[in-house]
Parts: sequence; C-alpha cells; structure tokens
Amino acid sequence: MSVADAPARSGAARWLRWVGKHALTGWAILGYVYLFAPIIVILVFSFNDLRGVTHPFNYTWKGFTLDNWAHPFKYSDLAHAMVKSLQIALIASLIATVMGTMIALAQSRYKLRATSLVDLILVLPLTTPEICLGSSLLTLFLTLGRPGLGFTTILIAHVMFCVSFVALTVKARVRGFDWTLEDAAMDLGAPPFRTFTRVTLPLIMPGILAAFLLSFSLSIDDYIITVFNAGNTITFPIAVFNEQKIAVPPQIDVLASMILLVSVGLIAVGTVSRLVRDSRLASS
Amino acid sequence: MPQPDDVVIALERVSKNYGAFMAVDEVNFTITRGEFFSMLGPSGCGKTTTLRMIAGFETPSAGVIGLEGVDVSRVPPYKRNVNTVFQQYALFPHMTVWDNIAFGPRSKKVAAADVRRQVDEIIEVVRLGDFAKRKPTQLSGGQQQRVALARALVNYPSALLLDEPLGALDLKLRQAMQIELKRIQREVGITFIFVTHDQEEALTLSDRIAVMNEGRVEQIGTPEEIYHHPQSVFVAGFIGQANLWPTRVDAVADGRAEVRIGDTPVAGSLDGLSLQPGDLATFMVRPERVRVTVAAPDATGASMPCKVIDYVFQGPVVRFALQSPDGTEVAAFVGADEQLPLLRPGDDVWASWDRDASRVLAAASPIPRPNAHDPLPDSRGVQ
Repeated sequence: MSVADAPARSGAARWLRWVGKHALTGWAILGYVYLFAPIIVILVFSFNDLRGVTHPFNYTWKGFTLDNWAHPFKYSDLAHAMVKSLQIALIASLIATVMGTMIALAQSRYKLRATSLVDLILVLPLTTPEICLGSSLLTLFLTLGRPGLGFTTILIAHVMFCVSFVALTVKARVRGFDWTLEDAAMDLGAPPFRTFTRVTLPLIMPGILAAFLLSFSLSIDDYIITVFNAGNTITFPIAVFNEQKIAVPPQIDVLASMILLVSVGLIAVGTVSRLVRDSRLASS
Repeated sequence: MPQPDDVVIALERVSKNYGAFMAVDEVNFTITRGEFFSMLGPSGCGKTTTLRMIAGFETPSAGVIGLEGVDVSRVPPYKRNVNTVFQQYALFPHMTVWDNIAFGPRSKKVAAADVRRQVDEIIEVVRLGDFAKRKPTQLSGGQQQRVALARALVNYPSALLLDEPLGALDLKLRQAMQIELKRIQREVGITFIFVTHDQEEALTLSDRIAVMNEGRVEQIGTPEEIYHHPQSVFVAGFIGQANLWPTRVDAVADGRAEVRIGDTPVAGSLDGLSLQPGDLATFMVRPERVRVTVAAPDATGASMPCKVIDYVFQGPVVRFALQSPDGTEVAAFVGADEQLPLLRPGDDVWASWDRDASRVLAAASPIPRPNAHDPLPDSRGVQ
C-alpha cells in the first residue's frame, strides 16, 4: 500500500509545486488580458466585413476584409470630426505644455509662499467630476456671452484640465534638478535665455514630452467636458457617440486603431532609441 | 602694498546678511594677479558666500567688489570675467566633455575655429584629450574635476574661483589633485581664489590665506605668517594644533608679555598686539615646539614643570600628554631621536621651548556673544 502511494503523493506534490510556481504568472497574464482585451477587440473589429449593410452596427463578426482600412475616410463626418479633434488636441496640448511647464519651473525654482495653495489649485481639476467642470464652464461662457461656443471654447476647456496634468508631470521631473547647472551656465557667460534653452530645457525635455503626450491623449478622447462647450462643433468622440444611434461603422475602429498604432509607434521609437543609447554608453 | 594695476579683485567692506543673520561681515581684501589666494574657515564662516558674491550669484548687502578696477557688485555673473569650479562640478550631463568645455567660448560668441583651438589646447593642459567625446557620467571623480577646471579656464578668466573643489575626492586623489592644481595654476598664470575648510590643503596650495570665522576675516597672510604668527586664538586653534592657556598679563616689555600658568611665570611675543598689564590674554605654544626633559632646563620664562599623563610612540614622533602647572593638558610632539629615559604616567618632567615659539594673544571671549561684531570667538583649548 505504502509502496503504491509514494509515486502518487509525489505526483500531487509536483503538481502543487508547478501551480505555486506559475500561479502568479497566470494571474499576471489575466491582468493584462483584462487591460488589453478592449483594445484587441477594436483592432480585430476594424477588419470586420460589413459591406452592403446600410446602417452597419459593428457589433458581431461577419468576416475578414481589408476594405475598411482601404477606405478609412468613407464617412466624411467622422473624418472631419477626427481632423477637428486632432487640431484641438495638438493646439490645446501645446498651450497647456508651455503654461504647465512654466508653473512647474516657477514652483521648483523659487520658494513661493503660496506653493501649497498652487498645488491645491492644480489638483482641483483632476478631482472635480468632469460633469461639474463641463457644466460650470458652460455657465461661465454663457455668462460672458462672448466667444460663441465652438472650437475656441473647447480649446479653452481642454487647456484648463491639461495644464494641471502638465504641471504635475513636469514637476516630478524637475524635482531633484541640480539648479547649480544654471549657475554654471551663467558663470560661463550664458545669459538667462541661453541658459534655459541650452541647459535647463534639454535636461527636463523628457518630462515635458511625456506631459505633452499625456495632454494630447486626454484632449483627443474627452467627451463630457467637450460636449457641454462644443456648440455645433463636432469632435471625434462626439461624432462616434452621435453616430451609434443609427450606425457604428467599422471605420470608427479603423480610425481608433490608427491613433493607437501611431502612439505605440512613438513609444517604440522612444524605447528603441533609449536602448541603443544605453548599449552605446555601456560599450564605450 | 601692491600696485593698483596688479590688483585683480578688491573687496571693500563687503557684507551680506540674510535677515538678521550676518553671513559676511565687512570683509576687506585685495588679490593680486597670478596669486593663489585661499579663504579658509569652518563651515558657515562666510567663505562660500564671499566667493558667490565675487562670482555674481549673490549681491552684497553693503560694500563694493572691484574686478580689474571696475565695481562689479551689481553686475550679473554672465557679464563678469571670472569663472567658478563648483563643489560638485556642475558639469552639463547632456553634453560631451568637449562640448562642456566649449560652452563658455560659444556663449561669448567666439568664432568656431577659435573655439576649437582653445578647447583643444586646454583639454591637453588638463590631460583629457582621450576623453573628449565622453559624457561626464562616464568619467571618474578626478577626471570630472579636471573637466570642471578646463571648462572654467578655457575662458581666460581674470580670476578662477574654486569652491571646495577637492572635497568630493578621496584622500589619495585629493593629494594628487593638489599637485595638479598647483601645476595648472603655474602653467596658465591665472589668479586662483580657493575656498576650503581643510587647513592642510590651504597651507599646501596658497600664496596667501584669509582665515574666516563667523562672517569676518580673522587674519590674512602667507601660510608661514598664519601658522607662526596667529593674530587670534581662533587662528591659532584652527591652523595646526596649539596649546592654549587663558591667563592675565602681568607685565609688558620689548614686545613681549609676561603671564603665569599656575604659579609658573612664562613670557610670549605679542606680535604687535597692544595688551596692557591686567588684560585678559591667552598664552600659546605649538606642540611640536615643546621639548620634554627630565632635568630642569636653563630657560626661565620658557619652561614649566609638568607631569606625564600619557604618551604614544609613533615612530618618527612621540606624542606626549602632560599636565601643566595649572592642571590643564599640554600636548608635546617630540622627535624620536630625543634621548628620553623610559617615562611612566605620573613622572615629573619639564616642558620647555625656544623663546620665539611662544605667543601671547588677546583673550578669547569664553562664550560667543550673539553680536556678530565680537572681536574674538570662543576659546578652543588644545586642538
């Protein structure tokens, strides 16, 4: 009896050990699936064959086609909305990056008396529900009467919430910045502007770029604040939301996938160039 | 007195206060062309603040800083022809060694061909030619130090300011860099203003030293003057070691003052100090000037009976701790060739010294008063 039991028990023990060893890996994979499943669905369904349907609803798989990718701008309303969103995201992120960086630099460079107050003001737009921000901004714009709702008001709204993200992101990068480098530059004859462009800016650039990309992604997909202040202007998220009552064409997934691929591409370029630089540093 | 043309830097009653705190208090000195000038003192004595005012990073609260005969007190750093070697080097991490060094000339709009020639020239002076294309993080501490030196020297400044530049290096490298610094200074012939808290470093490198304490200059002089003729108890205690006895002047004659240690009368040179009988004073003699003998020496006023507390044999030097007539401890460093019998703690001996080895200084105030205009800081006793 005991002789027969031994291999069985050791088999069970081995199986338990195997589970113990790989359970965490499996759990992690499940976590990633949870995170990425929606994105994979978008990619897959951008190839869904819904040709010949008048009001296509891209909800069930009908077959594979490259036709959607061949005609991504088939629905011109969607394409126009996408262009508008890209314009707003670009301009809003640029303005917010410049303003937010200046706030971050001022806060780190000088011992301002109101630092904690400024911190509070910076965090407020992040913690206030978007619905409140959107509706209160609308109230403000209507009270002021001037600029008519549209491109400008969307821009103002997007800059507002992006500034906070930029200031906080850049501040994290600037923390620990060696300010004697600025002393050194000025000591070597560089006036303040040259000191900033040649020394300070290049060193905090990674933080600024990260902040810009974050702003861009926040701006391009914002719906709630935008819809309050858009007037007749249609951005991509608004277009998709309006459209889905009558049709959800696979071109939505195509356009979304395009943005996804561009951002993944940017990250890949950044990562690869850093790896190349590191390996060159290590080899020299 | 140096000729006015030879004066590179002149500080006249320069002060800097942060609120009620006097960081620098009416500092005066002139530095001549080609001089290796050190500001020496403990941390917080105002030496770095003084250097930063010369560089232009701080504006004096009062007084005038002259550079080549021009008042630069309110001129920004990028318009002053002085350059700084920072304590942690402050090299630009995103630039190569070569670009770091070229930053100054390029900022001053020097033509590209001249920039190349100047940088290539200085990079050889500091022996970094092979490292021109590296980034600062790929260099050792000593190499980074030399980049910082080259980056400053390439601008041919009227004066080079060095803020504890050797502080971040280990002892061996520090000693090598001291020799290197001196060589480079002789080679380029530029005025060096050197800030340090390390008295040995200051003595080794400097033509003249300004000893600073609590925002004021205590004494300016050559290393020999500072060491052998300290003008205050602080200087005596901070530079080298000193046996110090608080006492009172009994009599003054021929530039010497008589005082007593316990009941033993001794005398010391006043070095020009004007003390009167009855004044509080401090008697000083350096440990390496003290001789230890068993027989009473024929040296009235330059000897005292002592008891051996302890001694340490260190090869070339025997370090004695003796008890002086007033009960305080005396340090004596005696050469190993002295024919001393085997001494034990408690043995009676005599401590004696040459007539010119002892000084009588103004008394140190026992407690540092809050007033920054105090003539002297607290006594440091045997250092």
